[in-house]
Amino acid sequence: MTQAAFFSLVAGALSGIAIYGLITQRHLLRRILAVNVLGNSVFLLLVALARRDPDYVDPVPHAMVLTGIVIAVSATAFALVLARRYYSETGLTHLPEDEE
Amino acid sequence: MSGVALPLSFFVPLLTALVVFVIGVRRAYGVILLGALTTLAVALYVAYAVAVGGPQVHYLGGWEPPLGVELYADGLSALMLAMTALVGAGVTLYAGPYLRGKGHDGERFWPLWLVQWATLNGTFLSADLFNLYVMLELLTLTAAPLAAMAGDRPSLAAAMRYLLLALLGSMAYLLGVALLYGGTGTLHLREAGELAGAEPYTAVAAALMTAGLFAKAAVFPLHIWLMPAHSNAPAPASAALSALVAKAGLYLVLRLWLWTFPALLSAPMGWLIGGLGAVAVVYGSVQALRQPRLKQVIAYSTIAQLGYLLLLLPLVALPAAAVSAWHGVVLHALAHGFAKAGAFLAAGNMIYCLGHDRLEGLRGVTPYLSVTLLALGLAFVSLMGLPPSGGFLAKWLLLEGALAAGQWFWGGVVLLGGLIAAAYSFRVLALAHAEVPHGYAEIRSPRRLPPAMEWAPLALVLLAYGMLLGGVPILELLDQGAPEGVR
Repeated sequence: MTQAAFFSLVAGALSGIAIYGLITQRHLLRRILAVNVLGNSVFLLLVALARRDPDYVDPVPHAMVLTGIVIAVSATAFALVLARRYYSETGLTHLPEDEE
Repeated sequence: MSGVALPLSFFVPLLTALVVFVIGVRRAYGVILLGALTTLAVALYVAYAVAVGGPQVHYLGGWEPPLGVELYADGLSALMLAMTALVGAGVTLYAGPYLRGKGHDGERFWPLWLVQWATLNGTFLSADLFNLYVMLELLTLTAAPLAAMAGDRPSLAAAMRYLLLALLGSMAYLLGVALLYGGTGTLHLREAGELAGAEPYTAVAAALMTAGLFAKAAVFPLHIWLMPAHSNAPAPASAALSALVAKAGLYLVLRLWLWTFPALLSAPMGWLIGGLGAVAVVYGSVQALRQPRLKQVIAYSTIAQLGYLLLLLPLVALPAAAVSAWHGVVLHALAHGFAKAGAFLAAGNMIYCLGHDRLEGLRGVTPYLSVTLLALGLAFVSLMGLPPSGGFLAKWLLLEGALAAGQWFWGGVVLLGGLIAAAYSFRVLALAHAEVPHGYAEIRSPRRLPPAMEWAPLALVLLAYGMLLGGVPILELLDQGAPEGVR
């Protein structure tokens, strides 16, 4: 198995874990973490794609990953602020429809 | 010259947002108006340039694809850009007086809204799949704070739910882009499609990107976030979110299926996506009928009206239906933008004057808010698709296409949706025109509306009627750069 194929498979497994977490976990912090894991799995796939050819590194996916990381950081920051504000307003750590 | 207009339509609102953020809204209201009017002028100029000279292309920074980002305006982009600019100008004029007196919280609206406007323009003009991902994320990151602006429990929960679903959607989209890039080695919207063909990986990429965009555009069954997020936002933000942001997601779905993945658009695939649209039309309209508050009615009607746009995909493969359906769907997107923005701004007037938007409490309000109710009524007429509105023209063309190809089922969906839209519209209007029941609390004389707030909804709604006069030039503009099957 080539390096690229191995890391693509790892990315697939990671994204499966992330989507499972996003659906089954109710705590907002865990859901935000799941979105981050999902993002990282996509970035891993992109980095793996950059090394498809063993003699040559494709720079475009690297540029995409850098941009993606910047966006993921800002989205995570906003999600955390929103979750904190939601907690201080309601005392809940999960969305109202997830109440048992 | 015309090439410069494409980046300008993105950078003018963006720079305005930065200036407003730095010097503060109180001193910058003139800057906001100037920025909005300049953006409107640039957008109308782009539409003119496309109508006269065909599709316009601009390479950002002089870098040509495959490395650089291409901005590309064809008829569809130009029309969406112009509609966004007109709605945006209306929202900007309205939001000034609406937010005045709300203190520091109201000021946060402006940078978010202006960045959102820039992002919408960027979405309509990008021909680069990764740049579109950046635009989609920016739309989410400006729309979620706008939905949370009220800062109370329902709006914070709505914004959180929206943010999580939208982030999942954009990651699915990015995964699709990664696969497509891995297979074709290009990020260009049309080139990737030409190189990809109908391989298995293209099908997976198309499925991921479409599902991700469905989450962003609240297509059934990923619609749950839309109603609370749009109905709890301040009225000008609701208007922008419902008329423009959700539609940008569906614009991209149509763009991808017609430009990038036409090879994958088989009959069962068209039926699957069109079927989701049909369910959204019926489900959204029925839910709108059951809501106790005006903004909730209008928000559910958005889910239904966006569903119509997906009816294009089962029809576009049939030569007898393709052209009419394509024209009808794009006109529907424009008419819905004007009518929905007008309806939300009219609902904002009721909240401004009465302090609530409960339907039961609207009895006897007509004499006090006659202009607002005229705007609301005309908006509903366009949503139902009655003549002489833009909504009528759109639904007529869609119906004509469906029937010409013998697709009675899709024609029936269009008619049924219009019928239920009439039911929820008349429910609202009947209550507003009803007498105050005897012994019911006397209606307080409502707050006076500032003129900008009184007339902005009506002006926006009248644009949906103006489309009937401009129908032929609009359709000629739309033919610029349209794909082979729908010209």
